[in-house]
Amino acid sequence: MKKYLSFFRLRFLLGLQYRVAALAGIATQFVWGFMEIMIFAAFYRTGADAFPMTLTATSSYIWLQQAFLALFAAWMMDNEIFSSILSGGIAYELCRPIDIYNMWFCRNAASRLARAVLRCFPILIAAVFLPEPYGIAAPASAEHFLLFLIALVLGFLTTVSLCMLIYVLTFFTVSPQGLRILFTSGVEFFSGGVIPLPFFPDPVRRFMELLPFASMQNAALQIYSGTLNQAETVRAVALQLFWLIAVTAGGKMLCRMAVKRVVVQGG
Amino acid sequence: MRNLKCNLLNAVRLYGHYISVSVRSMMQYKASFLLSAIGQFLVSFNVFLGIFFLFRRFSAVDGFSYSEVLLCYSVILMEFSLAEMAVRGFDTFSDMVRTGEFDRVLVRPRNEILQVLGSKFELTRIGRILQAVVMFIYGIANSGIAWTLPKILTVVFMLAGGTAVFSGLFIIYAALCFFTLDGLEFMNIFTDGAREFGKYPVGVYGKKMLLFATFFVPYALIQYYPLLFLLGRRTSPLYMLLPLAAFWFLIPAFALWKFGVRHYTSSGS
Repeated sequence: MKKYLSFFRLRFLLGLQYRVAALAGIATQFVWGFMEIMIFAAFYRTGADAFPMTLTATSSYIWLQQAFLALFAAWMMDNEIFSSILSGGIAYELCRPIDIYNMWFCRNAASRLARAVLRCFPILIAAVFLPEPYGIAAPASAEHFLLFLIALVLGFLTTVSLCMLIYVLTFFTVSPQGLRILFTSGVEFFSGGVIPLPFFPDPVRRFMELLPFASMQNAALQIYSGTLNQAETVRAVALQLFWLIAVTAGGKMLCRMAVKRVVVQGG
Repeated sequence: MRNLKCNLLNAVRLYGHYISVSVRSMMQYKASFLLSAIGQFLVSFNVFLGIFFLFRRFSAVDGFSYSEVLLCYSVILMEFSLAEMAVRGFDTFSDMVRTGEFDRVLVRPRNEILQVLGSKFELTRIGRILQAVVMFIYGIANSGIAWTLPKILTVVFMLAGGTAVFSGLFIIYAALCFFTLDGLEFMNIFTDGAREFGKYPVGVYGKKMLLFATFFVPYALIQYYPLLFLLGRRTSPLYMLLPLAAFWFLIPAFALWKFGVRHYTSSGS
């Protein structure tokens, strides 16, 4: 356990070094969130009664999404891992007395967390000061906030687990290009990155909510504003737990299979 | 005069040669090319799906219907992709500065803009252009525009003006590399952001944004105003010519570029 913690610490501290990059990220995320909210405000002007939640809740959803982008963005993957598989550097990693799945998991979680820590506060603070209904509102209640935090952590871990699948599958395909393209655009869509999941038509939404991708960010963001009732909240968190366990277990199994038959590329 | 014509012809021929080399080298990796093109397509297809599903719920946004929004998005996507395809060399210019490749460009007896322009030709953007064409056809088939010569010309002007504006942005992005050595990430707001949010007519974002997009970076000149003319909501021919006015944006872009070249000090690598 200790060695994984130190991997985590190392990556986390490394991630905190990229402060100038974070500044650009903050500016981009802020503009993105703002423009997104302007679109929804325009839709609200035309068809307020077709809105699945209040405009304030929509704004909160979008600001949280932008602030915690680094926790959930599927395209933020560790290129070092891909190139180590491609170049054969993986051989060194396999020699170490550690579980490669756990190590990669820690590395990814740490670098995502470091990015998010650097970026989330300026965005959230700025969003708090925006006038209603464009800014971020307070959570529905203290309980909701607590549940939001739990769902946020579960969603974050599910995201890392899903990305782990791609790293592991690269053992079989060698070139990650095709898989990555399909995965990132698929996840972007199904997790609510293109438009928030509540805005999909009901039959589509009900189906999408069952997928592991809805367990990434959507659960937490919806819990925050209290747009889910109690039963729905319990179901969402239970689904998150289920997917986290299922995807991690699946990934570990695949990883064991892959490592057994790994062919080191190049020398 | 004859000399100038000769020079220009020569430059065009050289550019054609650059493109052909670039495309041929890309075709050596056909699978990679195909995957990149598909990837490009999927990114903008996601945006389309977002519009599609929002319009299942809402019937209009600020008076623009589904097919009108698609028309708007297809034009901006096409403009952006054309610009990106042609001036990709400027988009990846930070590499050229950092590796010292630009030093080699400067010692050649040719215009540096032509060389940077020719250094890359991104044919993979064809994935996006195809999608834009399909949406465009759907948009014009369903938004009930009565096509007249001025309206057809408006579309041509929009494409030309839009490609110029986005090219200008890429050139500014590259020119800033002279001073920072690295690409400035926040410039993405103006390029990728405009592609992303240009899917809806600029007017949707409110008065202030419209002012910004009219006088600062002229997005509205290539999107909002001519679109109003196309849809018959404005009839003054001025709206038809506005996309051509957007060409002014190239002037500061080139000025900044020239300024940058004059102050260029090699990174030394």
